[in-house]
Amino acid sequence: MTTIKKLLKNKPLIVLLAASVVVAIINPRFLTWGNILTVLRQTSINAVIATGMTFAILIGGIDLSVGSVLGFCGAIAAAMISSGINVFVVVITALMLGTFIGFLNGTLITAGRLQPFIATLGTVTLLRGLILVFTKGRPISTGSTGASEAFGKIGTGFIGPIPIPVYIMIVVFILAYYILNHTRIGRYIYATGSNEEATIYSGIKTSRVKLFVYSVSGMTAALAGILITARLGSAQPTAGAGYELDAIAAVVLGGTSMAGGVGTIAGTAIGALIIGILNNALNLMKVPSYYQDVAKGIVILAAVLLDRKQKLSR
Amino acid sequence: MKRFLSLVVVTLMILSMFAGCSTNENVTNEEAKTIGLAISTLNNPFFVDLEAGAKAKAQELGVTLVTLDSQDDSATEMSNVEDLINQGVDIIMINPTDSDAVKSAVEAANKANIPVITLDRGANGGEVVSHIASDNVAGGKLAGEYVIELLGGKGKVVELEGIPGASAARDRGQGFNEAISGTDIEVVAKQTANFDRAEGLTVMENILQAQPEIDAVFAHNDEMALGAIEAIKASKRDILVVGFDATDDAKAAVESGEMAATVEQLPKEIGSMGVEAAVKILNGEKVESMMPVDLQLVKK
Repeated sequence: MTTIKKLLKNKPLIVLLAASVVVAIINPRFLTWGNILTVLRQTSINAVIATGMTFAILIGGIDLSVGSVLGFCGAIAAAMISSGINVFVVVITALMLGTFIGFLNGTLITAGRLQPFIATLGTVTLLRGLILVFTKGRPISTGSTGASEAFGKIGTGFIGPIPIPVYIMIVVFILAYYILNHTRIGRYIYATGSNEEATIYSGIKTSRVKLFVYSVSGMTAALAGILITARLGSAQPTAGAGYELDAIAAVVLGGTSMAGGVGTIAGTAIGALIIGILNNALNLMKVPSYYQDVAKGIVILAAVLLDRKQKLSR
Repeated sequence: MKRFLSLVVVTLMILSMFAGCSTNENVTNEEAKTIGLAISTLNNPFFVDLEAGAKAKAQELGVTLVTLDSQDDSATEMSNVEDLINQGVDIIMINPTDSDAVKSAVEAANKANIPVITLDRGANGGEVVSHIASDNVAGGKLAGEYVIELLGGKGKVVELEGIPGASAARDRGQGFNEAISGTDIEVVAKQTANFDRAEGLTVMENILQAQPEIDAVFAHNDEMALGAIEAIKASKRDILVVGFDATDDAKAAVESGEMAATVEQLPKEIGSMGVEAAVKILNGEKVESMMPVDLQLVKK
């Protein structure tokens, strides 16, 4: 009974389940195995970005640059793949590049003493510009070399019945869970988010924590860039524009506080799934596209409002 | 517990409310075939018209049309096509956001044995049964010939280009330049304004500063042409503008004399021909693999 009570307290999970039930009743196709896999695969990109975003929001920060990092690293990866470079090398390079950009964001925020919002707002535009310069405004196709075929597998392949991006998403969740709950840096992240000054006084270098967090966010964005580029077989100059908003929505739906210090990876996973299911369900229910955004907005607001009310009344 | 219930109720309400918004299809007609349409964007009058044409034709032929908006994002497009496949539509029409990136979506439909028709933009991969689009080169020529006629075969023109690399931009530019080559009409400036009205305005402002003599402007779409007209009006110079697409705004501008002409693509016709072809394919009939849609010049 206590486990049930505990579960009932988990609002995001309840929203997720309730939404699934309703959608399944309206359109039984929702619960077909093929569609469930589709939802999971569609969710994987946002989920990976949202994991890094959870780190940033947990320390009371934000990373608006994820969409541009995604686009930039995706374009670099596509260009490398099309010239026949080994997939393994390309993936590592793109991930390192994303981590490095995240590190630069962190440097702007710590050494430059900029607000995270402002610093990453700057990098959004800067990187988008660099993408256009690099791609000359045209999509970069991964081509049809052996490397591109192997690279494509990352986005389109299966291991057993499950799409590869879904495995990647799960691995990212597990790693993030482990870091946040079972390592020292994880505890420092929560401490920095709850009370930065107290954390500093207890001898922890919070600037290092921040550098770590923004590097993680850059790396997950780069990973999402690899996934999306592999999936489409081409890197679009506009890829990722606006993705930071879906990621933030997933984190907030998952119950993470924008003020920092409170939140879990499990919550973010559920938040990302809610958004993924909404996108899929509104299509399956044949909701006209103009109404889809209205519906998404209302669901996000309603879920967060109810969660908030609950917390205040405690 | 109360809160839990309220949460569930609210979620139920919201979702069912929006389910109620769904397009009214005849539930009674279980036999009706369903056509899925993944459209690049519904934020642009051209594609809204394309969808309207498809919808009207679908109603006429008694088939169901499900439209999903890709919001100019290739990943969303991919998801939408997957959702259409899972929904079990009988045929999919894709109006791609990008000819390269749509490849995976077309392949996914191929894998599910659902035939694919592309509208307006083609796909650089996968199996497409039929491609239906305006003949943009012919449209560019039409515009070029009209500019020659208006200027008496001599003058300086500006070309406002569409998104670099987009096939529509390439083809329209090609047609226009083919038409004016060999005449005394000279392109003095050629810049992209990305099919965007605001950019059309700023790019034209810059060109007006740089070029003392301009007789005409050819813009690859009306949005840029209308932006350019604003810039020209502000500069108080007398320059002819020819656009492309014949949107409502542009037609009004032609009517009022602000714009010399616009090439009318018939987006409704593209949508309508798409549905017609789709129904033919579903009935096992053969269709052409390439179906050009006519264009016409709208002038006062």
